[in-house]
Order: sequence, then structure tokens, then C-alpha cells
Amino acid sequence: MAHAYTPGLMVTQRTVLRKERRLPLKGKVLIDKISTQVKAEDTVARTELPGNVLPYNLAGKLGTAAGDVKNSLKVEIGGKIEKGQIIAETKGFMGLFKASARSPIDGTLESVSDVTGQAILREPPQPVEKDAYIDGKIVEVFPDEGVVVETVCSFVQGIFGIGGETRGEILPVVNDPAEELLVSHITPECKGKIVIGGSFCTSEVMKKAAETGVKAVVVGGVDDEDLKKFIGYDIGVAITGHEDVGLTLVVTEGFGKIAMANKTFKLLSSKKGSMASVNGATQIRAGVMRPEVIIPIKLSDDDKKIEFKESGMMVVGTLVRIIREPHFGLIGEVSELPAEPRQIETEAKVRVVKVKLQDGKQVLLPRANVELIEE
Amino acid sequence: MKTILATDCGSTTTKAILIQKDDKAGRYRLIVRGEAPTTVESPFEDVTIGVLNSVKEVEELVDRKIIENDLIAKDKSESEGVDIYISTSSAGGGLQMMVAGVVKNMTAESAARAALGAGSIVMDVIATNDKRLPHQRIERIRNLRPDMILLSGGIDGGTTKHVAELAELIAAADPKPRFGSTFKLPVIFAGNKDAREMVAERLKEKTELFIVDNLRPILERENLKPARDKIHDLFMEHVMAQAPGYRKLMSWTDVSIMPTPGAVGLLIETVAKQENIQVIGVDIGGATTDVFSVFEDKSEGKPVFNRTVSANLGMSYSISNVMAEAGIPNIMRWVPFKMDEKDLRNRIRNKMIRPTTIPQTLEELKVEQAIAREALRLAFIQHKFMAVGLKGVQQERTIADAFDQAATGTSLVDMMKLNMLIGSGGVLSHAPRRAQSALMMIDAFLPEGDTMLAVDSIFMMPHLGVLSTVHPEAATEVFDNDCLIRLGHCIAPVEKKKKKPGNHCIKIKFESGREESVEFGTLKLLEFPEGKKEKAIISPERNFDVGAGFGKELTTELEGGVVGLIVDTRGRRPFEIAKTEEERVQKLTAWNKSLNIYPDER
Repeated sequence: MAHAYTPGLMVTQRTVLRKERRLPLKGKVLIDKISTQVKAEDTVARTELPGNVLPYNLAGKLGTAAGDVKNSLKVEIGGKIEKGQIIAETKGFMGLFKASARSPIDGTLESVSDVTGQAILREPPQPVEKDAYIDGKIVEVFPDEGVVVETVCSFVQGIFGIGGETRGEILPVVNDPAEELLVSHITPECKGKIVIGGSFCTSEVMKKAAETGVKAVVVGGVDDEDLKKFIGYDIGVAITGHEDVGLTLVVTEGFGKIAMANKTFKLLSSKKGSMASVNGATQIRAGVMRPEVIIPIKLSDDDKKIEFKESGMMVVGTLVRIIREPHFGLIGEVSELPAEPRQIETEAKVRVVKVKLQDGKQVLLPRANVELIEE
Repeated sequence: MKTILATDCGSTTTKAILIQKDDKAGRYRLIVRGEAPTTVESPFEDVTIGVLNSVKEVEELVDRKIIENDLIAKDKSESEGVDIYISTSSAGGGLQMMVAGVVKNMTAESAARAALGAGSIVMDVIATNDKRLPHQRIERIRNLRPDMILLSGGIDGGTTKHVAELAELIAAADPKPRFGSTFKLPVIFAGNKDAREMVAERLKEKTELFIVDNLRPILERENLKPARDKIHDLFMEHVMAQAPGYRKLMSWTDVSIMPTPGAVGLLIETVAKQENIQVIGVDIGGATTDVFSVFEDKSEGKPVFNRTVSANLGMSYSISNVMAEAGIPNIMRWVPFKMDEKDLRNRIRNKMIRPTTIPQTLEELKVEQAIAREALRLAFIQHKFMAVGLKGVQQERTIADAFDQAATGTSLVDMMKLNMLIGSGGVLSHAPRRAQSALMMIDAFLPEGDTMLAVDSIFMMPHLGVLSTVHPEAATEVFDNDCLIRLGHCIAPVEKKKKKPGNHCIKIKFESGREESVEFGTLKLLEFPEGKKEKAIISPERNFDVGAGFGKELTTELEGGVVGLIVDTRGRRPFEIAKTEEERVQKLTAWNKSLNIYPDER
């Protein structure tokens, strides 16, 4: 049977998902018992990031040679310092004409160089906490680093997003996946919620959502112009998630006005009122990350035997999404996978797939231009 | 050795080629090529899956069993397995480095050249005189998370204080590597030998320090090889080993996996040496665009090889950055139909988020080729900036040189002296018509005088580059016969000052008696089949130069190609397209028609 490998985005009613919750550097794991149930907001690990450093030209400040600076120190290397405290002072002449240097920050005196006369001052460490992000149970512990949380959930992967991890109740505000999300849909009721839109939203909608206190917006498509207007700059290389715009945005289909895939819309709509964890972080290079909506499901023990399925293979009958013009955004079923390369409109000879669209029409497309809708 | 399998794991696709010795012809030949998406993406975070998928395609197309138990089968029989397997890679974002040196235009620039020469991406250059405050430099080192740092600075016997200062900054930043939190970041010191102890004192605790010979031991000389070699070793040991699946792939290959730009550069350098010509090569990928050049350095009296890797200029992952750097109007000026900005922006973004898609309609192809022109143009600007003679060097001048007052540090790239321009990478190698590649290269590089244009037939220069290290004979044979496609010469006169179109510009008189006249402001394709060579005299009008000087005749041997002989009199000082949308569409359509670029514009 003809088949082909193609990557795809996952949209599934039920799956077992594992999330690594690691600290950026070593610290303390707070919940380290396997099988402990955790809530998304529980802190699972904590550490302290070394503070920022500030080079401070002591030799210049004291007017001495670099080699003499260490003899003038009033604080031990590694010792604590306070803003305004004298950290070095020259002996002066007969106790007079002393030159001194005061610390510009609170922190520690990390080092002093004999060669350059430069001191390195370090600000106090910054605490960093990692929460569980999803409701679930601890299934693995990395000593001093973090844990793995497992959950049974409904799971939707988007194609592109902005903004980081957040959490809230699912609130569909449109009735149809092709309906545009409008400013009028963003009501006070949306505050603290994950708002599910349809095909499209403008920068005005995103702005209103952020002002209203919406946690996240999930839509089919956005215009790049609107995105630029909302975040204030052009995204260069696709590494997102750190935008501080008061809102997480998950785009499920792509750029432009594109109806959300019916399956995605139905799944999210059926989850109205459920708590979801959402992350807009996208990285389309080296260790790809896609934005996601995770809705944990409460199941009885019998229901929990869900296994991972092998995915990524396209065969006749597979459901696919067309991801390039023409027919961009349409969903169909693979009806034929010809082995031989065929010539397409551009005159390029490529491997192709025949897709039966939902209206019954058959179209021939480059295999590279479809993606699986993974179950 | 009869059967060779080679793969190149690009950021977007993994390409496999099969080469075999043809006993009848008595030489090595390319048999078949397969490709599959690169698999560094979840849930297939293992580069070897993409490799096996691409090899499976080879197996299917050639009907030969190569994979056995999910491994490349070696030393099997005449009809099964392969004799040797080799690979290059730029997946996983390639090698990302930060370099530091004392003076931005001198040691720091030499360090950047060493890093680029090793096939790395230079994320930032830290220098004592880079006009940033020390804490800003520390912030930068902390935030960028490079794969390794190359620290240079000071000629031997020169400053040690500034070198120590740089080492202190790196130590204070306490940088962490991109992959693997348990590793210490590798730092290579290739600076003043008198500063070694000082550097070691400051860095050996916090980083994994390696010391190699100074890359600028005296002002007048660069010695980049030891630093480059060390970068290569560390790339294999640290970066590759951390990327998903590379450890497995490394155990499969018969020689070390080479960074893709390193392999392509090796091949370009070989071509220049073998044919004794001045060459520019370009490899435009999904994430990066690499430019290579071999030009004679007058002060050194020998050819100098330069390579630049433009990390954020590419046709898929980096396509949005092309838009950000070039600006929408610059991309739009190459689009031969009316299109609104919103539509263009969305198309570019959609390619970024789904990088493996290909244009299906002609309109999509035209847009993609418009963007490619800008990616190539920007990468070339960066290359010209880096490919310079040594700065800060005093040159002895004779009276004869007095008229040739080039300052030290000027670009070595001289388009009038360029003999061959070679294009590689998906958008150039896989363009449905070769004339499309020719015009993309002409528009982006603006060659002057007479220049042979060529493309890598199916994008296999990386494979042949690594092959040349183990089997130079096979690499040369396949390169000459199956890889390098000559598109034909391009003749482009340069005007002294801005000219009006329509006036007579040049005349070409062939040895056979054929004569062609071309007016200024046009693009013309003359029939000149592949393989044909003929002497010709090119006579420019008095305000035009084709290589011999303004108004002077040039006698040269012209060579045909699969496209033909292209005469480009559209001007170079400056090269302008149009001021209005209507004029743009009309001009681009006319040029496309003259080279028969697209099927709908005959």
C-alpha cells in the first residue's frame, strides 16, 4: 500500500501527554515523589539565577595602578556589598587625600583583576520557580533539576503563537469555525478565560482581549500586519513565547483568514468550562515547538489505558490539511498516492498526492503541501 | 570502492545521493537522488529518521537494497548495500559562535573570518572598541547562548591587558552552552601567546578552554588554520553530539560529518584552483545563505578564499527575516504582477511556519523567486563586507600603484574580474527552468563584464565536498559531469554615468562572422548552445566598459550553456527597476519574456 511520511499537527480528544518541567539551572525539586498528583499552579522546583554582573573600573576610580587595587580593598573578594558602601580606598598621603570607590549596587564583590584593575560586582540572585503547568501526576524526577508531569488530556497543537504559558477556562464565543472573532465578542465575561474564536481576528480584537484580561485567544488565522500592529514589531526568526503583550495567542491554521479546522473547533467547543493550559511559544528551528492547548480529562482508572500510536505516515484515507495555495486551509482525504513524480503548474516535477476535498472535488497536490491532522 | 551513499541533512530537507562506478564509461556517475523532510522535529526528534527516509526513496527509485534493520548496509554484495557512507549537516541550526577580539576591524575581524571559514554562524562580535559598555557585552554573552566562543586579541608580543579584559568579561558572563546543561562552554583562545596564562587563569574554571596558535601573530599575516581546525573538532565533539540523533548518525558515517558550508566551500575552492579562475559560489538554504569567493589579493599576490554564512537569510525558516531585513518594497520590486502588501506578508509568514512546502502555482513560484533575489543580494552584501584584505596593514606602494589607491581593508570582490558565478541550494538548483536561476543570480549579484553562470544541477555540492576528502577522483568526476550545469555567459557592460535606455550600447562580433548589437536598457538572450566555445570581440560604446576599459574592445572566448548567451545592458550605476507599480510589472514582464522565464509569459 502506498504511503508517505509527512509531519502534522496533533488534534486529539484523548491522549497521554508528558511535560518536562526543568529548571534552567540546578536547584531544588519541591515535589519529588513519583505518582504525586499536582495542580497546574503548584510549584514543583525552585532555584536562584545568579544576579546580573556589573564591571566596575576600580583602578580608574581610585587613580591607582591596576596591580595596587587589591591592596586598597575594604571588602573581601566574595563578600557582601551594599549600595553606597566604600569598597576600596587608597591610603592617601599621611592619611589625607584619600580616594575611595563606593558600590553602585547591592550584592557581592565577585572578583578584582590585577591586570585591568576592574572589579566584577554581582547583584543578588533572582529566584526562579517552575510550576507544574498542567494538572496531572509526577512520573519522573530529575534530581536537582525538575520533574515530568503526566496527564490524560484533550490536546490541540497550533501552527504559530505568541506569549507564554497561561491557564484558564475554555470559552467559545463564536458558533462556527468560519466565523470571525470580533471586538463585540470580547465581553467582561471573557476575563481570565481561554477565548475560542473562529477564522480570524484583527489587532483591535487582540488589543481588546488583552485589555479585558483574556488569558488566551485561539483562532484559525491572523494577518501578519495585525500581528505586527499588536506586538509592535516584525517577527524575524520564528522563535516566540517571550512576548510581553498581556495575552497568549494560538493560531491553528496559518496567516490570513482561514476557518479553523472543523475537528479542532468541535473539540474546543465541547470543552466549554474546562480548565486548559495554553502556551503560545513557537520555535520553527532546532528542536521545534508548536503552540498548544492542553485540557486535562478526569477519567476512571479503566479509561486510562491509552497508548501512543505511531504517526507520521500518510496512506489512502488519511485526513490531511492543505497548507499552501491554492486550496490553502482546506481539509480532505488522501485518495491516491502516485509513486512517480508528476509535473505541476510551475513545471516542477515533484511527488504528488491526490486529495478528495470535503465537497467531493479531487485535487492533485505536491506531497510537501499537505500535513496530517493527527488523531 | 564502487558504490557511495552521501546525505546532507539540511535544516528543512535531508538529501541522499547514490554514486556508482560505471565500468563501461570508466568513471563515477550520479545514479539517483532521494529526499525527505529533516527530522529534528517532535515526535521524530532524531535526524537519522530523515536520513533513512531519504535513503528509502533512493532504494525505491534505483531498486537496490541499502537499508537493513534500520541501518545503512555496508560491504554486502554487488547488488546490495553500499561501500561507503558519508554525510554533511546544517540541521539543528548549524554551528553558532560568538567571537571576541581586541580591535573590531583587526583581530576581531580575523577571528570572525576564522569562525565563518569553519562553516559557523557568527552570532556577535565582541571587541574592546565595539562602543558597547562592559555590562552590555556581558548581557549579550549571557543571552545568546552560543555553541562556542573564539577569543582572539593582540598580535604576539602585543597587548595582554585588553585580552585579559575580554577573558574577564566572558568569565563574568559565565556562559552556558545551547545544548546540554551539564557541559562547560568550549572557549578557544587564539590570541597573543603572552596572554595565554592570564586567559587560562580567568577561564579554565568556568569554561572548557582550548589554546591554539594566534590567528593574527603579526599585523600583516593571518594564521586561521589552527583555530579553524579546533572549531571543527569541537563542533563534532560537542555540538553534533548534542543534537537529536547525531551521535547515532556519527556512528554510521565512514568519515566525520562535515558542516554543510564547510563542504561546499571546499568544492568551490577546488574549482577555482583547478581552473585558475576567480569564482563566487552561493548556497541558499532554508535557514542560512552561504557565500564563497576566491579572488586574487593584490597585496598578497595569491588567490584568497572567503566564506560567509548569513545565519538569518534563507528561504524557509529565515524567510521572515529576509522580509524584515530587506523590507517589503525591496521584495515587491521583483514581483511581476500587482499584489498587495498584506497578501505578500501572509504568504511569507505561511512559508516560515510550514517551511517544507513548495510553490504549486506560477504566481507562488514568482513570489518565492522574488524573495530569493533579496536573500541572495543581502547575503552578498555581507560577503563583500567580510571578504577584505587585512586591515591596519601598511602597504608599500610604488609609483605605479599611485593610481590604484585602494585603502587597506577594501573588499577583494571585484565583479568585473569574476569568471564564474555558481549557484546552489533548493531555489536555484530546483527552479523548474534553468533560465530562472540565471536571472535570479544576475539580479542579485549584478555581474559585470563577461561571467559564466552555473548551477549545481540537483543540489549535491555538499555531498561532493565531503566526498572530495575521501575520494577526490569520484568527487571531481561527478562534479564535472553530473553536478555543474553551465547556464552560459552573461555579458553586462558598466556605464560611466547614468544613461538613458534606447541608445546603442555594445556590439558582439563572433569569429564565425555573426554580429549582434544591443541597445542600452535591455535584457537579451542570444542562442549559444551548451558545449560551444567561440572567440568574440565585444565592442562597447565609449562610456561603457566590458572589462578592458571604457570604450575599449574586449577579445574573449565565450561559452554557451543550457540557457544561452545573456546580454544584460540594464545598467549597473545604479541598477534600477521602476518607480511605479505599473512600470515595474511592465519591465519585469518584458525581461522575463526575453529570457523565456515563465510558461505564461511567452
